[in-house]
Amino acid sequence: MIDAFTGALHDGFGYVAISYCLAAIGLNIQFGYSGLLNFGQAAFLAIGGYIMGAAIATSGIPTIPAMLIAILFAVALALILGVPTLRLRADYLAIVTIAAAEILRLVFGTSFREYFRGKDGVTGFADGFRGLNPLPEYDGFFLTYSRNELWTIIVGWIVVILICVLVWALMRSPWGRVLRGIREDEDAVRSLGKNVYGYKMQALVLGGVIGCIGGFIGAFGAASVQADTFNLDFTFIALTMLILGGAARVLGPVVGAILFWAVLSFLGSILSDLSANPTVAQFMNADQASNVRLMLVGLVLMLLMIYRPQGIFGDRKEIALDAR
Amino acid sequence: MPADTSPTPATGATSMSASTPSSPATGSTGTTRSVADQGRADLQGLATEPGVKKKDPIVVATDVRRTFGGLTAVDVEHVEIQRGVITALIGPNGAGKTTFFNLLTGFDQPDSGSWTFNGTSLKGKSAYKVARLGMVRTFQLTKVLSKLTVLENMRMGATGQRGERFWAGALPFLWKSQEQEITARARELLGRFKLDAKESDFAGSLSGGQRKLLEMARALMVGPELVMLDEPMAGVNPALKQSLLGHVKSLREEGMSVLFVEHDMDMVRDISDWVIVMAQGKVIAEGPPRSIMTDQRVIDAYLGAHHDTDISELEHVVTAEHQQPKEETA
Repeated sequence: MIDAFTGALHDGFGYVAISYCLAAIGLNIQFGYSGLLNFGQAAFLAIGGYIMGAAIATSGIPTIPAMLIAILFAVALALILGVPTLRLRADYLAIVTIAAAEILRLVFGTSFREYFRGKDGVTGFADGFRGLNPLPEYDGFFLTYSRNELWTIIVGWIVVILICVLVWALMRSPWGRVLRGIREDEDAVRSLGKNVYGYKMQALVLGGVIGCIGGFIGAFGAASVQADTFNLDFTFIALTMLILGGAARVLGPVVGAILFWAVLSFLGSILSDLSANPTVAQFMNADQASNVRLMLVGLVLMLLMIYRPQGIFGDRKEIALDAR
Repeated sequence: MPADTSPTPATGATSMSASTPSSPATGSTGTTRSVADQGRADLQGLATEPGVKKKDPIVVATDVRRTFGGLTAVDVEHVEIQRGVITALIGPNGAGKTTFFNLLTGFDQPDSGSWTFNGTSLKGKSAYKVARLGMVRTFQLTKVLSKLTVLENMRMGATGQRGERFWAGALPFLWKSQEQEITARARELLGRFKLDAKESDFAGSLSGGQRKLLEMARALMVGPELVMLDEPMAGVNPALKQSLLGHVKSLREEGMSVLFVEHDMDMVRDISDWVIVMAQGKVIAEGPPRSIMTDQRVIDAYLGAHHDTDISELEHVVTAEHQQPKEETA
């Protein structure tokens, strides 16, 4: 039981959670505040990990410039996705982003092998980042994080806090007001002289760049990038976290990501302990336990949608996901 | 007057100074006339035929055509809208009034034709640019931003906001003072429209009539020169109708021009200075409200023979276009 709690905290605050958290913050800007359906957020994280990783490992570019290059790629991807679709109805962006994410995942996993290393994925780029680690050698007592994991996590949460402050500042500004207006009715906003297309593009780019930064944290934490990480589930789990925490709330995606991973990890430990019991194992072996875990998470999410559609932090009057 | 403080160059105030000297022939009283008086004087003695040239038009549209598949929704040969007055656009359902509105304001693009606002061609201009030029519309189905508060809806209307740029948005000291001016202007307008008590409510919680008021007030935040109202009276109760009428008239007195689509003939008679009648996409008649109501073409196409008869004397509601019962004030 103690292990289950430690494991829950370990996963809830771990680098994977941070990477999902940043993905969800990006989605919050796009979906929560602006009403844009980006179903391909995974592509932006893939770009973050892969472009940065390949730039460092293959081309020998230093870490910071490599990150900037990756961010430029993320901006370019957002523009490519947005230019043809943002003038059209919302569903077009959803279709195009979902397809683009799959294309990019396949490209990273199978093409340009001299850069992206096919199935093996990109490795050997994290040394520069880890070389900056000021932490003393230690035995990993704190939530069983290793020294390098802890360093990634500290940097990651600082980044999350800074981005949350930025989002908070932007969303209380007239700029954020226009975005929320677009979410409600873009024709009304257009009739008031606002360049709706430009604002939607800015929201798409900003959300994508934040996702890309999430890709950096995930890559540094694992010290490797694998294309299969960035499958469609990735985006949908990040959206789930956003809705769980509360869309259109600055801290919604943060709390959503922590809770999601913590609960998933906690249920995983409990169920796998249970499946070790011979009586239980007749009904549920260790493999089935990890599926039962997902079923339970799904059940919790269904109950949440029924009884608290605005998520944990959301304002019911503002953002309840209603089927109009 | 709200248009004064607007940062856009195109305001009612500038139109006032620009248009008065442009037609000196009618300025015989010696003192400067208001734009509204000038506009009404300009309409005197005009021929009542479709497409008649106005002395000082704010909008001129020529050969504007819009087809949806085989259906020609709008096919306007020539129409001009006089500055400084209230012009009504009437016609049966499906006459193309709203489509024409959409075309003029950039929400839809016609197949062919040209149209100008204050002499500036609007061809191919997107809707937000049209609004910035000073031609602001409302919608037939009210478009308030439901999950923003009433005050936020109003603030959204102000143009030229520094804080609406991405980088400036994160730095409040760049836009705080402007935001306070905007808020003061918004509160003043909300007071005029009797919505000040609702300022922190979500706009979605307002009644239908209040939404119409909010939409009109919000349009004024843009600092328009021409206000285009698409059925401002639809679904509004009689008491609120009176105050809406007063607001529309006061726009004219403040030097703005108004173009509105309406089925309520009492309103058209009461406040409009000029009436344009559309049927099947074409302008079929134009003229002052009194004479247009007796025009045979208009009666045939739209009003019907019994339009002036009291409703209780009729077996059928000949002119019924609305769900709500028509009240006869005359």
